[in-house]
Amino acid sequence: MSEPLEITEHAVAAAVDAALAAIASAADSAALKTVRTEHTGEKSTLAQLNAQLRNVPSDQKAALGKLVGGARGRVNQAFAAREAEIGEAEAAAQLEAETVDVTALPSRYRAGSRHPLTLLQDRVCDVFTGMGWEIAEGPEVESEWFNFDALNFDADHPARAMQDTFFVDPPESHLVLRTHTSPVQIRSMLERDLPLYVLAPGRVYRTDEFDATHLPVFMQFEGVAVDKGLTMAHLKGTLDHFVKSIFGDEAKIRLRPSFFPFTEPSAELDFWHPTFKGGARWIEWGGCGMIHPNVLKAAGIDPEVYTGFAFGMGIERGLMLRNDVQDMREMVEGDIRFSQQFGMVV
Amino acid sequence: MRVPLSWLAEYVELVPGTTPEEVHAALVEVGLEEEDVHTFEVQGAIVVGEVLEFVEEPQSNGKTIRWCQVRVAPEGETAADGGDAVHGIVCGARNFFPGDKVVVTLPGAVLPGPFPIAARKTYGHVSDGMIASARELGLGDDHEGILRLATLGIDAPVGTDAIKLLGLDDAAVEINVTPDRGYAFSIRGVAREYAHATGARFRDPVEQMSPAEVSGDAFPVEIRDEAPIRGRVGSTVYATRIVRDVDPKQPTPPWMVARLKLAGIRSISVLVDITNYVMLELGQPIHGYDLDRLRGGIVVRRATPGETMTTLDGKVRTLHPEDLLITDDRGPIGLAGVMGGADTEMSDATTNVLIEAANFDPVSIARTARRHKLPSEASKRYERGVDPQIAAAAATRVAQLMVDLAGGTADMGGSLIHEAPVREAIELPTGYVSGLIGVEYTDDEVHDALAEIGGTITVTDTGFEVVPPSWRPDLTGRADLAEEVARIAGYHRIPSVLPVAPPGRGLTRSQRVRRRVADTLAAAGATEVLSFPFATEAENGRYGSVDGEPVASVRLANALDASTALMRRSLLPGLIGAAQRNRSRGLNDLSLFEVGIVFLPEPGRTYGTPGLPIGDAKPSDDELAELQAGIPPQPRHVGVLLVGDVLTKQPGQAAVPAGIVDALDAVRQIGLATGAEFEFAQGSHRALHPGRTAELRVEGRTVGYAGELLPALAEEADLPRVVAVVELDLDAVIELTDPALEARAIGTYPAATQDLSLVVDRAVPAAAVAAVVRDGAGALLEDLHLVDDYRGQGVPEGSKSLTFALRFRAADRTLTAAEASEAKLAGAAVAAERYGARIRE
Repeated sequence: MSEPLEITEHAVAAAVDAALAAIASAADSAALKTVRTEHTGEKSTLAQLNAQLRNVPSDQKAALGKLVGGARGRVNQAFAAREAEIGEAEAAAQLEAETVDVTALPSRYRAGSRHPLTLLQDRVCDVFTGMGWEIAEGPEVESEWFNFDALNFDADHPARAMQDTFFVDPPESHLVLRTHTSPVQIRSMLERDLPLYVLAPGRVYRTDEFDATHLPVFMQFEGVAVDKGLTMAHLKGTLDHFVKSIFGDEAKIRLRPSFFPFTEPSAELDFWHPTFKGGARWIEWGGCGMIHPNVLKAAGIDPEVYTGFAFGMGIERGLMLRNDVQDMREMVEGDIRFSQQFGMVV
Repeated sequence: MRVPLSWLAEYVELVPGTTPEEVHAALVEVGLEEEDVHTFEVQGAIVVGEVLEFVEEPQSNGKTIRWCQVRVAPEGETAADGGDAVHGIVCGARNFFPGDKVVVTLPGAVLPGPFPIAARKTYGHVSDGMIASARELGLGDDHEGILRLATLGIDAPVGTDAIKLLGLDDAAVEINVTPDRGYAFSIRGVAREYAHATGARFRDPVEQMSPAEVSGDAFPVEIRDEAPIRGRVGSTVYATRIVRDVDPKQPTPPWMVARLKLAGIRSISVLVDITNYVMLELGQPIHGYDLDRLRGGIVVRRATPGETMTTLDGKVRTLHPEDLLITDDRGPIGLAGVMGGADTEMSDATTNVLIEAANFDPVSIARTARRHKLPSEASKRYERGVDPQIAAAAATRVAQLMVDLAGGTADMGGSLIHEAPVREAIELPTGYVSGLIGVEYTDDEVHDALAEIGGTITVTDTGFEVVPPSWRPDLTGRADLAEEVARIAGYHRIPSVLPVAPPGRGLTRSQRVRRRVADTLAAAGATEVLSFPFATEAENGRYGSVDGEPVASVRLANALDASTALMRRSLLPGLIGAAQRNRSRGLNDLSLFEVGIVFLPEPGRTYGTPGLPIGDAKPSDDELAELQAGIPPQPRHVGVLLVGDVLTKQPGQAAVPAGIVDALDAVRQIGLATGAEFEFAQGSHRALHPGRTAELRVEGRTVGYAGELLPALAEEADLPRVVAVVELDLDAVIELTDPALEARAIGTYPAATQDLSLVVDRAVPAAAVAAVVRDGAGALLEDLHLVDDYRGQGVPEGSKSLTFALRFRAADRTLTAAEASEAKLAGAAVAAERYGARIRE
């Protein structure tokens, strides 16, 4: 055990100088911690000097106490300052060390996507629900009555052969794969109250070979409105609004006389857009017309009181026109690259 | 229908120089859609030449060529190609003589192919052009030798433009004729429509003929239909004419050959060509019989059971009692309106002809044509309806042409049966057309439009009574007349008015949920595919049956591919097919899904209905119920397939291969989107790995399966061993899920968390242990999840240690550790009681 220290100005100043020098030379927080223990810990000179205060005469107590206290204060202040300095530097160094190449990080997310056809179908539905219409659906294996007879297709009329129909075995069961979404027209008229404004999207089937412009299975949407006083002008207005909603305000439509058994008058819908590949021009996109009185009758609606209009379009063709898809086969092969280029947006 | 413009111009004013495109544009306005333009594709200097002389030169290849001197311009003039009046031409054909007039294509001309003609060195000469055959000119199939103009009965001066001379400068517009417009399958009908579209003057060819001469019963015909179809007699109009002493070997004049060719019909012989020509011109199918081969008069009747006949294509056909026949004393000589018989057809030995122009019932013809798979130019027209008023005129027209072109003499006799039903007038109330179309037409506009299409109009107190023209069987109601008015006035006059629908309720819950399921799966990394819903027997048997019990499938009678004649019972085969396709294209890490309909008929049940209600009236409620009951169940499923890595190898991250874990996560995603609480239970499905199958339940009902494919099936599908799949009945999930969630109060007092490790038999499912712990721990337990499943040292063989993290919270106070422990032990106690679980310290 060494001699007890005497509290002198010199001794205090020496202890303070030693502490300040050590603090200044501490390079990191670990070194600073050691310095702190050495210069302010229980065994440090300053602590020992402080402890000596108990033994000094009472008339010197105040002066010496102030001397030692001031010294400890200065040292502690220097510690705090150095500690902050080192802390800041070390934090900065850590951030520097934690830097990553944000272009080389792994991803724990997998990109999925909706199919553009169903996305487009959803958009079409949204346009119509926005106008107050409702969305109706029906079975794909359908009775011939809904698919043909109720739609004014006479059993022997060539129009019935016009649509290449898949028949369910045995044919005597009178079940078919629906050739259009029009049977949902009949189902809606039978099931719902009038007035009726309904859109029916869904898959339909024709015995077409599978090539760049034909699919045996494809998607249509069918609109049907039955109300008092509906005219062909309302049909045109609805289609006009729809086409502009989906393709933008520059899109235009035109109706051309045509024939469908379930509408009279009937029309082909042509559609014009300035940005079509190959130049602005009219392109055929679907059929429409005023619902044939016989069709209204088949659904128990009095054609003397109500009139209605109906239209039907292919979603695939819509996607081809809108997004410049060249080959329909890409839509059904399930190659993920096709859907993934659309993601969740169409 | 192809319409040569020169022919069209005979019956409607066509401004000279009108292009096919302009004709198309006009016709489209009235509803005849453009299809194509046909031309002979010949151009340049193609002229009449005269063979002056030639030298035959045998060649080393065994051929003998003729080195010809051909005059192609009058003496002293330059030829059309700017060359000398006489050209030296090498010709391989030998069917001509000096002095013959031929068609010479001079250098610079182009023949169909395109085949440009140039002077070229061949067989030791410079051949300065070519002498053309009929086939080279696109006029026919004759390639036996060059075309000698004399065989066409033509003698034109040397140097004459042969393109014009042979009608090769004509063009045809092809239009699509909708099934209601049978009359547009004629030049007459299209000319009328062109007049409607342009206002040009129409000249009805029928009005220019004089059918009055046909009268009497010079040839006996009887219609004896004892079994009309749907109450309609098979034939109501039957006109005949006799032409005698024709020369069947006369050449068909080139203008007729050219028009037929452009219209798509091959020239056969002058007699046959004339019948085709008049059919195209008037829309009235014509049949010509060799009069000398007929025995007795003609009887039109239905076939008797078992009766047969040989049609002119040489086939023996067994007839159906519904088939309408033309017969003579010996039996059938024609399948009415569809195809003639072999025995009585006109040949190159025919000298006397019986011309038939008849009207047959559309339904009868349509059925016969379909039954015998014999769609013909005639049946196509009959099915759509032929003008019943033109039979006599058409027969006369044919007779006249046979006299003019085949040197015959028309027998003034013939016969005519005309019992076509009288058309009834359609009542058209004032304002009806405007009310349906949305255009304020004046009464005059309505009247004039209907008059223009040939209607006979009577003004009544309430509007008009309109008798449609005979060539428009499709006009049967006032809506049809409205279309005619709108069409003649122009659809462009219809304004655009947006109707206001009553307020709707937006998408249905099912529609919203389905969309959200697709969005959620896509957002979670799966790609939506749309597969064809056709399936094989094996696919439906394996994937469409849970336990291997035989299943029923909807089968197609006319599938595109006989091996996939079934409608799918499962979405998995389609997803597997898509996975194969992607992998074959080098895309190996796949997460696919499909939301789609499957077809699940019940075994042993018959679907469909034996008959159908009549279309034009609402069926009774019973009939509708029967139709509905006959439709097989078609629920909407969702399927998911994962193969390869769900996370690929990347810097600092190992690859994570797909497995059942990901299948179950997909189910959780579907749970989030539907609001359904799925229970997973150890399950079994014949297509899935027996140890890696989860049965999916909602409200206790099984709604589907998730797991890994049987490795053998994966291998068979050429996929890696591990293929994770999900298939569930989305309709059922939606139906079983109560959409109205009752919100719980969110406690804000501090939580106490504790772990609980329980040792149980390995066979006990973790979910079962969790469930009883949850029950036992009571209301204070807020959350429980499995954090470890340990097997090994310190745990007895055959057992496992399950560690759960539990979070406790009270709604009204801060929980003490003792309270939390007490609840935990209560949970452990139930687990001990139920499954013999021991707490592992």
